Amino acid sequence: MQGSVDSAETLNYGTAVDSHSGHAEGHEAHPDHRIFGLIVFLGAESMIFLGLFMAYLTFRAVYPSWPPEGTPERELLVPGINTLILISSSFVIHKADVAIKKNDVAGLRTWFGLTAAMGAIFLLGQVYEYSNLEFGLKTNLYASSFYVLTGFHGLHVFLGLCLILGVLWRARKREHYSEAHHFGVEAAELYWHFVDVVWIILFLLLYLL
Amino acid sequence: MTIQAEAPKSAQPQLPHAGERKWQDYFTFNTDHKVIGIQYLVTSFAFFSIGGVMADVLRTELRTPASDFISPELYNQVLTLHGTIMIFLWIVPAGAGFANYLIPLMIGARDMAFPKMNAMAFWMVPPAGILLVLSILVEAPQSGWTSYPPLSLMTGKVGEGIWILTLLILGTSSILGGINFFTTIIKMRVPSMKLTSMPLFCWAMLSTSALILIGTPVLAGALLLLGFDLIAGTNFFNPTGGGDPVVYQHMFWFYSHPAVYIMILPLFGAISEIIPVHSRKPIFGYLAIAYSSLAISFLGLIVWAHHMFTSGTPAWLRMFFMITTMVIAVPTGIKVFSWLATMWGGKIALNSAMLFAMGFVGEFVIGGISGVMVASVPFDIHVHDTYFIVAHMHYVLFGGSVFGIYAAIYHWYPKMTGRMMNEPLGIAHFTLTLVGTNLTFMPMHALGMQGMNRRVAMYDPQFQSLNEICTAGAYVLAVSTLPFFVNAIWSWSKGVPAGDNPWNALTLEWQTTSPPAIENFETLPVLTGGPYDYGVEDFPDDMLPPLTSPELQPDSSAFS
Repeated sequence: MQGSVDSAETLNYGTAVDSHSGHAEGHEAHPDHRIFGLIVFLGAESMIFLGLFMAYLTFRAVYPSWPPEGTPERELLVPGINTLILISSSFVIHKADVAIKKNDVAGLRTWFGLTAAMGAIFLLGQVYEYSNLEFGLKTNLYASSFYVLTGFHGLHVFLGLCLILGVLWRARKREHYSEAHHFGVEAAELYWHFVDVVWIILFLLLYLL
Repeated sequence: MTIQAEAPKSAQPQLPHAGERKWQDYFTFNTDHKVIGIQYLVTSFAFFSIGGVMADVLRTELRTPASDFISPELYNQVLTLHGTIMIFLWIVPAGAGFANYLIPLMIGARDMAFPKMNAMAFWMVPPAGILLVLSILVEAPQSGWTSYPPLSLMTGKVGEGIWILTLLILGTSSILGGINFFTTIIKMRVPSMKLTSMPLFCWAMLSTSALILIGTPVLAGALLLLGFDLIAGTNFFNPTGGGDPVVYQHMFWFYSHPAVYIMILPLFGAISEIIPVHSRKPIFGYLAIAYSSLAISFLGLIVWAHHMFTSGTPAWLRMFFMITTMVIAVPTGIKVFSWLATMWGGKIALNSAMLFAMGFVGEFVIGGISGVMVASVPFDIHVHDTYFIVAHMHYVLFGGSVFGIYAAIYHWYPKMTGRMMNEPLGIAHFTLTLVGTNLTFMPMHALGMQGMNRRVAMYDPQFQSLNEICTAGAYVLAVSTLPFFVNAIWSWSKGVPAGDNPWNALTLEWQTTSPPAIENFETLPVLTGGPYDYGVEDFPDDMLPPLTSPELQPDSSAFS
């Protein structure tokens, strides 16, 4: 898809570039820059997380001990399993991308369905973890940071899950996504990888460091 | 940069939306970048008026040392709203307005890369702005536009909550706009336009959108944590609960220092367009100006802690930020010298656009020099939180940004409306603005040096005489907007028809009709020269830009 769009864009602006069904009704089609725009957007999003991570590291640096004295022990089993699930789901969602590039819509549905299930398990795992923790939002600075950072990330997982479910809904029609036109698939996949990478850093910062 | 209609007509598809623009379109979710540009500009001028009334309320209160016009609490509220409105609802959206209107026209595109997202970004501004302004009816925020904790956590939850929500909405709008500008400039130039042959305004917007995309999200992160502190009672920034207020300052200034460049860079770009056109000379140092925008954008990201020299910043860190801050004067100086060299020996047309552009250069340099002064740690510790800072930032933001916005309006108004603005009214506007600006803000330097604190309604009686001058200046500034608004509204329907290219300018936006047709260009232009090839000797006759209706050229035009 990327290739076809790029070549079209250098050739002409004035003639129809994108023959995507539904865009053709006499409307002059514009070149498709959605993936580029999404990457720029994810760059901006990563700055929110970077800002929050830097704030967390500063809090950590100015405290004499971290987590502060008296913070209850953290359980590593559930978040550990959760991390493995989320990392594996990034590979699973990539299989969907490979499938649609071979025009295999059934494969797309299978792999996206699996990713959605893994994402849902991750969120449930996080809810389970929240309900079993021995500290609350206001216990101390570590606890507040823990809830706000994992919660903000969880919100992103939830949004990614919605994107994946949206793609699945659209993929119920065989002809909606094809080898040449599957921006939705690519966008959901990119977003999911982003959420995954953020989680890896978050896990290192909050649980291991 | 003239155009040739190379492609045969038959190869072009029919313009799909051909037809007249209706006035109702400006009140709808329209995706045309020109409509959105004008929506941004009109909205920002409305908020400029509201913020301006607030400024005069503040100056009226400050005419006397006692608190006799409004209560100190109300003073704090008006002060906070004035700062927030002028930054986030006036200068930033005005820059976005010009960017929306001009970028696609300048690079030969039919619209922005993401038109729907563009309209969405605009329609976040009015609700957020109205929410903020109306907060004065219930309980406005009182902790200044910086909203430092713990003060901001102690001055009323409702007002502060509204402030945070407003800024989150405006920040999101700004980020969506930034994605659009960045993608449009990188991806949608006409095939013959290289990055180094695009107009300097586009270079400035490229640098601005990079700053928006890197800085604004960090502010969102800070506001998120501040919101939790305010509403949920966490203690990220509250020292009584073990939090660290200085972390907020770092996150806030990581955005808000670049925000200064988000507010000035678009106008640097506009001035780089205006000066060569009205001096009839090629821009001096095209590449130097283009790359200095990038340099300002990069350096702007690593100077933020110079706002925090008195916040217990360690000495080695102060040294680093002092040096980077002073280094910013180099790319800025490159621009100023390039503008002066462009004017040098040119055939200068002293019309309103050029007067404001020259005023911009002069006034901005005053703000720039006081900026280098406060970059120095010892001097900054002396004048921190005094009126010297108020003077410095108003010279940059009023003498710089606002003069730049006025210049850009006078320059591009004929393109936007198809009609010229009235010159005598424009010159009256310029004179009043120039006098008012210096009368209001120049005495503040002295007040600050003598130790008058900013942000306080009452002051020591020894400062009264200078404050009276400032207040008189503020009234002159209020009056100065009248000829402008009369001119802008009257000329829209009654002004002299401008023709396509009243200034005989070479950039692409002047090569289409005024106002431009709905998809901008009938046939997409092909570049045959540089954007600033004015008076270049080997410029063949057949490549001169079309002189539409020469009898309608304004007296100020160099070609009349």
